Amino acid sequence: MQEELFSSGRNIPNIDPTLEVWHWPISVDLFFGGLAAGLLFFAALFYLMNKEDKYPSIVKIAPIVAPIGITIALICLFYDLTHKLYFWRLYLTFRIESPMSFGSWVLLLITPISFLWVFSYIEDIFPKLKLKNNFLIAIKNFGATYRKAMAIMLIPLSISLGIYTGILLSAFNARPLWNTTILGPLFLSSGLTCAAAVILFFGRKNKEERNLFSKITLATLLIQLFLMAHMILGDFAGTEAQFQAIQLLVGGEFTTAFVGFVIILGLIVPTLLEILELRGVKIPILLPVLLVLIGGIVFRFVMVEAGQLAHYLY
Amino acid sequence: MRYGMVIDTKKCVGCSDCVVACQIENNVPIGYCRDWIQETVTGAYPTLALEFRSERCNHCDNAPCVRCCPTGASHKLENGIVMVTKDECIGCGACIQSCPYDARYQHPDGYVDKCTFCSHRVQEGLQTACASVCPTKCIYFGDLEDPKSEVSQLLKTRTYKSLAPEAGTKPQIFYLI
Repeated sequence: MQEELFSSGRNIPNIDPTLEVWHWPISVDLFFGGLAAGLLFFAALFYLMNKEDKYPSIVKIAPIVAPIGITIALICLFYDLTHKLYFWRLYLTFRIESPMSFGSWVLLLITPISFLWVFSYIEDIFPKLKLKNNFLIAIKNFGATYRKAMAIMLIPLSISLGIYTGILLSAFNARPLWNTTILGPLFLSSGLTCAAAVILFFGRKNKEERNLFSKITLATLLIQLFLMAHMILGDFAGTEAQFQAIQLLVGGEFTTAFVGFVIILGLIVPTLLEILELRGVKIPILLPVLLVLIGGIVFRFVMVEAGQLAHYLY
Repeated sequence: MRYGMVIDTKKCVGCSDCVVACQIENNVPIGYCRDWIQETVTGAYPTLALEFRSERCNHCDNAPCVRCCPTGASHKLENGIVMVTKDECIGCGACIQSCPYDARYQHPDGYVDKCTFCSHRVQEGLQTACASVCPTKCIYFGDLEDPKSEVSQLLKTRTYKSLAPEAGTKPQIFYLI
């Protein structure tokens, strides 16, 4: 049987012929949200393991990217709202069933902590800087006093933020490409990989840090590859709607971006480079770092764009 | 009380009167619409079948748009009608993403808009604008919980379907086939 559908009397902007409600700011938001979550997770974890002085890049230096990333993410989120002046409505309620409500509360909590964390190490990040303003010194000392409390809070908050970037999409069962529970752990692992790559860059001159984060980057890359394979296989074995959705990424119009930039250049090549690095081959550090970060951001763009093209069949 | 709609695809001719009536009644901006006509052609020539459907928000009993709304702007009234409070809507688009029927859109003023089952008319005991103007009288509106209502009677006596029931949204619009 052949079937053809026509829609008449409808050509709504951003809805027809295909959904384009979420644009590039959402992809950028998901990328920086995940990256910041990963950086804060590693910083808090290594601080609680008392490795603050052994691995300064992880705990003190690299986290400077986190508040910057969160700020970019928040600006993007705000920019993408179409009824901007009412954004404060987010904070008059907490709706457990709404991932966006959950995420906005997590962001509200994690943003000041990320700023305070970085500020408490400001003189370690910029050794030539000497704070003179009493107020700023008081803030720095306050942060330094409560570092342990911040680290304890950052562990669950950063994991929540990292998972949220995936759950935001996976909660929509109307979009078959997104509607898979693997997306939460997948986005979290991608955020951790990107964060590990950034730490690798900051710690490139410290042999111990470079070696440790080559191993951690390799581990997160392998986890991400494993979860990515699960997502693809799950959709191929899923309903017709999911089958058609995943074909957008594998064989369809997003194949070059997804297979080329995300899977091959963003995951497989950095994995091989890290293996070579750990075996003693000299690898220019910027190469795997940039590949991982580019793969991470392309992954968010592909998922957001392709997810809106996939839909229920009726 | 649970309002719902029954649409007779055997009587609908796809004239789009319902679309225009809704646009005028609800002051829908130009280029947008809260309801629309879907034409489905099935079969292979020469044995083709044509179905017209007047579609709109399904006012789902298990509405994903209400669940995912971060501010509570999307909500369900006690009579089953799903509404959007525009002064609570931040325009995040989550409800649009959550709707398997693509029945919502961003109003040019920023908030999200959709069919309200002409709630303002229903409160005064009137029919929805689309039902009241339909020249073939194919749109029926009423209380699905009242066994004597026209909509309940039609669902008892005729074969019907709803759209994408596999989405689990429990749509409250039924198409007689």
